[in-house]
Amino acid sequence: MSDASRLWVYLAASPLLWLAMTLLAYAIADRLSLAAKRHPLVNPVLIAVAALSAMLWASGTPYATYFEGAQFVHFLLGPATVALAIPLHRNWPVVRRAIVPILAALGAGSLTAVISAVGIAWAFGAPYELLASLAPKSVTAAIAMGISEGLGGNPSLTAALVITTGVLGAIMVTPMMNAMGLTDYRARGFAAGVASHGIGTARAFQVDPVAGTFAGIALGLNGLITALIVPALMAWLR
Amino acid sequence: MIEAILILLVCQLFGEALARGLGLPVPGPVLGMALLFTALQVRARLRPDAPGVETLPLGAVAAFLLANLSLLFVPAGAGIMSHAATLAEHGAGLIVALVLSTAVTLAVTALVFVKVAGLGRRGDAP
Repeated sequence: MSDASRLWVYLAASPLLWLAMTLLAYAIADRLSLAAKRHPLVNPVLIAVAALSAMLWASGTPYATYFEGAQFVHFLLGPATVALAIPLHRNWPVVRRAIVPILAALGAGSLTAVISAVGIAWAFGAPYELLASLAPKSVTAAIAMGISEGLGGNPSLTAALVITTGVLGAIMVTPMMNAMGLTDYRARGFAAGVASHGIGTARAFQVDPVAGTFAGIALGLNGLITALIVPALMAWLR
Repeated sequence: MIEAILILLVCQLFGEALARGLGLPVPGPVLGMALLFTALQVRARLRPDAPGVETLPLGAVAAFLLANLSLLFVPAGAGIMSHAATLAEHGAGLIVALVLSTAVTLAVTALVFVKVAGLGRRGDAP
């Protein structure tokens, strides 16, 4: 065995390589996003995921091997969700005054997200398992996978649809809100959180701290309400 | 620093324990967020002169995590490729559903928020 292939065998078996590659891909993607002045199309998640997918494909690395390294980053999603309590606490006076619009927008947005996605895919002839995997696509991955599993969907496909929705929302929110002439950062952030969970929230924090706070609230509340309404709505389609 | 990380982990731990113990449909970290938020509100009530949380290590750790929130979705995102077959088979319908649904949800949520907020403001005026 050559020295190079021996090194590869060692690296491929340790979590070090793919943990480092995940951070490298993101560091480059974030630099690009900064250089493009946070242009919505230059989305750091999209670029990093594309780069890593290419690396995994080129090296023939299975996703499970990759995840052994990347799980340390993935794990931080939990503590980061808890950390949303800090901007919520700091901006509480602003949030409390907006409690009525928050609840109204949450109900409307949550229903729209589920019914429009399932309705369109159903019109295209998607089978039930796919519809069940798609229904919770606007909520954060952990909740969405639980909902999908409970309905007989495919949780890992749901995770892929959730991430795609997140990236789409993060790309669309700024140009759409500008085109609609909406300047209220509370509404813009809240919409990003309802439609595209944590990736939308990450985008909202890039734009404005108040938008980020409202996106974080939307992410938590939408996870809760979607877990309640999706099983009821999907019972119709069975 | 260690204490700040510990606070986040303990809140998540209690959140997970509550969610699983009571069979709630909410994920542990979201309950953990609610717990930490409640604790911060109580702290601000009891000690109004205490320094703001943003000046504490907890505030610094939270700011660091939230500033790099995008990174945390990358490992899950790299899994999309393993569903290439399903996505190719139902690609058109799924892509149309995801794009349209996301756009409509963004518009409806933001418009309802702004309209209802506007109603409230008009209601306040004499």
